[in-house]
Amino acid sequence: MTANGIAQISLYLVTLVLVAVPLAAWLERVGDGRAGPLERAFGPLERAFYRLLGTAADAEQDWRGYAAAVLVFSAFSVLAVFALQELQGALPLNPQGFGAVAADSALNTAVSFVTNTNWQGYGGESTLSYLTQMLGLAVQNFLSAAVGLAVMLALFRGFSRRETATLGNFWVDLTRATLYVLLPLAFVLALALAAQGVVQTFAPYVTATLLEPTVDSASGQPLTGQVIALGPVASQLAIKHLGTNGGGFFNANASHPYENPTALTDFLLVLAQTALPAACALLFGRVTGDRRQGWAILAAMLIVLAVALFAAYAAESAGNPRIAALGVDQQAGDASPGGNLEGKEVRFGIARSALFAVTTTATSCGAVNGMHDSFTPLGGLVPLALMQFSETILGGVGAGMYGMLVFVIVAVFVAGLMVGRTPEYLGKKIEPFEMKMAAIVVLLMPAVVLLPTAVAAVTPAALASLSNPGAHGFAQVLYAFTSMGNNNGSAFAGLNANTPFYNLLGAAVMLLGRFGTIVPVLAIAGSLAAKKTVPAGPGTLPTHTPLFVGFLIGTVVIVGALTFFPVLALGPLVEQLQLAAH
Amino acid sequence: MSRKPHPRFDAALVRQALVDALKKLHPRHQLRNPVMFTVYVGSALTTLLFLQALSGAGEAPAGFILAVTLWLWFTVLFANFAEAMAEGRGKAQAESLRRTRTHARARRLQAPQRGAPQEAVPSDRLRSGDVVLVEAGEIIPGDGEVIEGIASVNESAITGESAPVVRESGGDRSAVTGGTTVLSDWLVVRITANPGESFLDRMIGLVEGAKRQKTPNEIALAILLASLTLIFLLVTATLLPYSRYAVEASGSGQVVPLTVLIALFVCLAPTTIGGLLSAIGIAGMDRMIQANVIATSGRAVEAAGDVDVLLLDKTGTITLGNRQATEFVPAPGVGTERLADAAQLASLADETPEGRSIVVLAKERYGLRGREIHELDAHFVPFTAQTSMSGVDLPGRQIRKGSVEAIERWLRAQGRGLAPLVRDAADAISRQGATPLIVAERGADGGEVLGVVRLKDIVKGGIRERFAELRRMGIRTVMITGDNALTAAAIAAEAGVDDFLAEARPEDKLALIRQLQQEGRLVAMTGDGTNDAPALAQADVAVAMNSGTQAAKEAGNMVDLDSNPTKLIEIVEIGKQLLMTRGALTTFSLANDVAKYFAIIPAAFAATYPALDALNVMALASPRSALMSAVIFNALVIVALIPLALRGVSYKPTGASQMLRTNLLIYGLGGLAVPFVGIKAIDLVLTGLGLV
Repeated sequence: MTANGIAQISLYLVTLVLVAVPLAAWLERVGDGRAGPLERAFGPLERAFYRLLGTAADAEQDWRGYAAAVLVFSAFSVLAVFALQELQGALPLNPQGFGAVAADSALNTAVSFVTNTNWQGYGGESTLSYLTQMLGLAVQNFLSAAVGLAVMLALFRGFSRRETATLGNFWVDLTRATLYVLLPLAFVLALALAAQGVVQTFAPYVTATLLEPTVDSASGQPLTGQVIALGPVASQLAIKHLGTNGGGFFNANASHPYENPTALTDFLLVLAQTALPAACALLFGRVTGDRRQGWAILAAMLIVLAVALFAAYAAESAGNPRIAALGVDQQAGDASPGGNLEGKEVRFGIARSALFAVTTTATSCGAVNGMHDSFTPLGGLVPLALMQFSETILGGVGAGMYGMLVFVIVAVFVAGLMVGRTPEYLGKKIEPFEMKMAAIVVLLMPAVVLLPTAVAAVTPAALASLSNPGAHGFAQVLYAFTSMGNNNGSAFAGLNANTPFYNLLGAAVMLLGRFGTIVPVLAIAGSLAAKKTVPAGPGTLPTHTPLFVGFLIGTVVIVGALTFFPVLALGPLVEQLQLAAH
Repeated sequence: MSRKPHPRFDAALVRQALVDALKKLHPRHQLRNPVMFTVYVGSALTTLLFLQALSGAGEAPAGFILAVTLWLWFTVLFANFAEAMAEGRGKAQAESLRRTRTHARARRLQAPQRGAPQEAVPSDRLRSGDVVLVEAGEIIPGDGEVIEGIASVNESAITGESAPVVRESGGDRSAVTGGTTVLSDWLVVRITANPGESFLDRMIGLVEGAKRQKTPNEIALAILLASLTLIFLLVTATLLPYSRYAVEASGSGQVVPLTVLIALFVCLAPTTIGGLLSAIGIAGMDRMIQANVIATSGRAVEAAGDVDVLLLDKTGTITLGNRQATEFVPAPGVGTERLADAAQLASLADETPEGRSIVVLAKERYGLRGREIHELDAHFVPFTAQTSMSGVDLPGRQIRKGSVEAIERWLRAQGRGLAPLVRDAADAISRQGATPLIVAERGADGGEVLGVVRLKDIVKGGIRERFAELRRMGIRTVMITGDNALTAAAIAAEAGVDDFLAEARPEDKLALIRQLQQEGRLVAMTGDGTNDAPALAQADVAVAMNSGTQAAKEAGNMVDLDSNPTKLIEIVEIGKQLLMTRGALTTFSLANDVAKYFAIIPAAFAATYPALDALNVMALASPRSALMSAVIFNALVIVALIPLALRGVSYKPTGASQMLRTNLLIYGLGGLAVPFVGIKAIDLVLTGLGLV
């Protein structure tokens, strides 16, 4: 590790907090209907939407109505994105003339973008038309993030309201989150990115003549030109990060120079993918009337994030023990960056790739600027473990906060018992119904990760996709299902996932991981909203103290570790031990 | 507490519990506890694997599978034993209460009056509404209400208190408890409980695992534990295909045997808390019984841990039931000694505690010896509700003592009034939380006020400290009194309660409880009178005094056999302890898993991935001894924690944060560290004895 690397990571952490504070205040204003000038500008549009949807700004839904609206809307979205991919050959804005996408891949992609996973089994620049990218994928980048925000707001209302059956209106939350939060932020960021050199064009791809002709290794044909892919990238890139989507315009994602041209864009992208999740934690404190609660949850998230950042950075800086055994100096110095530079964004160095890898997996973004597959086993274990904490460390937009609150409920339950009271959080008693729903969420994630991984481990068709044998190959499969089950979308690479097996099983995993959490979370929200609020007293467990923050971290980490220790032992851990043993 | 608590482990109880532990192996019983049921199924599976190994086609040596199997069964049995121990202790307590009346025969009356025709029936056949006659020397056959007669009753069978109490029809002393004995006279009692529904029966139901209803908190915890169990089931089940992949990929070792996976699962599943959960709940009820409190539901006991407001009656709870004379304040122109002498004379025949305290004070202060009332040719005038006065008539003089209003009326009848200075003195005494008692004399020259006796409420010793303790626990105390606001404020300040409700009528009490509950608070109170019943029914934790009326007992959800209003504090502690024990053992159980992973994962995959031996941080001798040590530790830790489950974790009234810190240190960090030591120790013993 170098001083420069540590400084860059520290600068990021401080900037994140500075950005999250005003963002949370803005989110609160949007929630309260005080969006000011934007509301004056977009108000007519907003009301037109409501008339179109046959609802009103003050029409309230109970949790079942809210959940039904989420499910209906998402089902419609999957169909729309699927249809766009199948029909793109006959639709405009298709300068490369791409045809219909294979059905299993199209389904996987549709589900992937609607569930905010943005797992990509396809290569964007070689498969999808500009129209599909813009109208299908980019639109879902907005809407899937807005759905996450809406569900989170409903859960917040469960805590802040008392003795009521309703949680707000999904259509209103969806519309306002899109119009007043995501669109303005994405607009500003897209301009900044384009100014830095991210491409934004409808022009067809450009072919450059090679100075030194070469031979195609696969076909043996001589090559004289290189096709350079273009497209409306900046507009899609901003929301890809802000909405913790992560699906790259290009297959190489943020390691492509047109998607991430400068060190500044790299910093902005990392900041963008973590800003809203961090602000959501602070928003929770504002909505529930006790800002310390929001800070406590953000502190828990950032502590784990910081530990993960420095762990990944340390692992990558230490390099490969087998290379060290050959007597090669892997220390960073003036002449070399040191460490394991394989698969890194070489322009920005190890620290920035570690930062990108950790933030993209802590949140459910999944964009990459390096190849996680090429990290050292321990360095690769960090992103894997972060996803296995069930999207609680920042997590997806909205999704991270509602995922974390489920763990807060579990932590409060055990801690509350230890202070001799039936457990309560923010004055709401945690009773069998809440526990049942929380248990479904906690149980679901290991199920959608471990079971498909087990199926793949004994299915020849699945094993044929591995690029490495042994423990590393196992880690590739494990990473794929961990990423999809937690709606992350980053890939370990090295796994050929565009096969019917991974496309179809993956689609099921992503749907379960997303809506298997959303429905119980809304049920919890409904149950909490109906409860009385117990006033806090000296016998109440305080949930804003460092002690509770520590306990919450312990709960998330222990549950994650106990669930995944064996698979991590059989994957990255044993791989690292084997490297060290030789 | 007058009855001795049972010893935690006496030989007969342990023997009975061992037998019960075996009986509880019935699958129907096991199904009640999902965590232990999975262990039960696992044990059955390894038993089959052992039989398969005996036939020569086993996945591992038969001896090894047998050893694992035996210890898995022990795990189930130890959990059964814990529950049986808790049940046994509770039942022993309850039985000793119940024994007396099962054999009693009752005389049922055909009509609710003493002279009605009667028939003999066994007491356990009496139904609610039956009327029975009980005469001196007979045992009261069931809980009920006196409708005719007055008698002294020995209630020591229930309360342990040997002094007899009076029970009579009407009023607040009409409730009788089955199993107590009439000492003198007779009673006609209307039975109020059907067979099997009396307080005792309900309480016995709470200490029997099979009949016990789980409380909401217990259900919520069981859901959490069940979901963790399912996660670990997933984790271990998927290890089989992972292991197959690993063996094929690395080309060495063999697929993990099922026996090892089942053992790993049992070690990871929260068996420690799962096995002790039922025992913890029952033991909470046991502790209630030991405190001489009968709870009618487990839910009430848990609610006691949540109480944030305690309503306490002033008289008998905060102050001693009777006031004491502490000062003589003479009227202008009257000597203190004269006042003291008159007050003493008026009180000589007064057997109330107040009266006696006046005699004593006069003697102590002024050396006035108590005189025999007949020597003085005196005639004692007792207190009546009409006059609100008492006193004495001596030849040529009448002395009266009473409230300001009563004496004023008496004087006015003689054409005299109350001196303003005396009235001021009386008001001043009121303001200080005491009661003024005016003494007046009517001699040859008419009526004359002599002065005021200050009767002070005596706050019970140590009560202030108890309230401070409650405050630290986060519980607010509210004193309920019929006194005026001035007096109430003064006593409240002296006793250290947080708040008071003065001039309270029963409906005020009910309104206060409703208002507090509306704010989301949990309210506890004690009561004994019929007019307390509505408030008792409304309160979340309502403790009725055993000496109280049947209506009060029916309305409450607990009965204190000692009729001690400060018992509420103990009840709250027991409730908190119950919840804390659950939380502490859940934390301990989960923290244990870390060490178990470090023992079993390297052992299970040692042949496939020798590099994983680096995770064998305890340096356990061999894969087999590592696995056995973890399984044995997992079983033994249940036994080791039985005393803690029965006793409850120690409770000190401190703030919530401090309590969490302490318990996390002990059960969280302890739970992490203990198994590392324990598993290593067992491994040393196993290898030392050459058993593996």
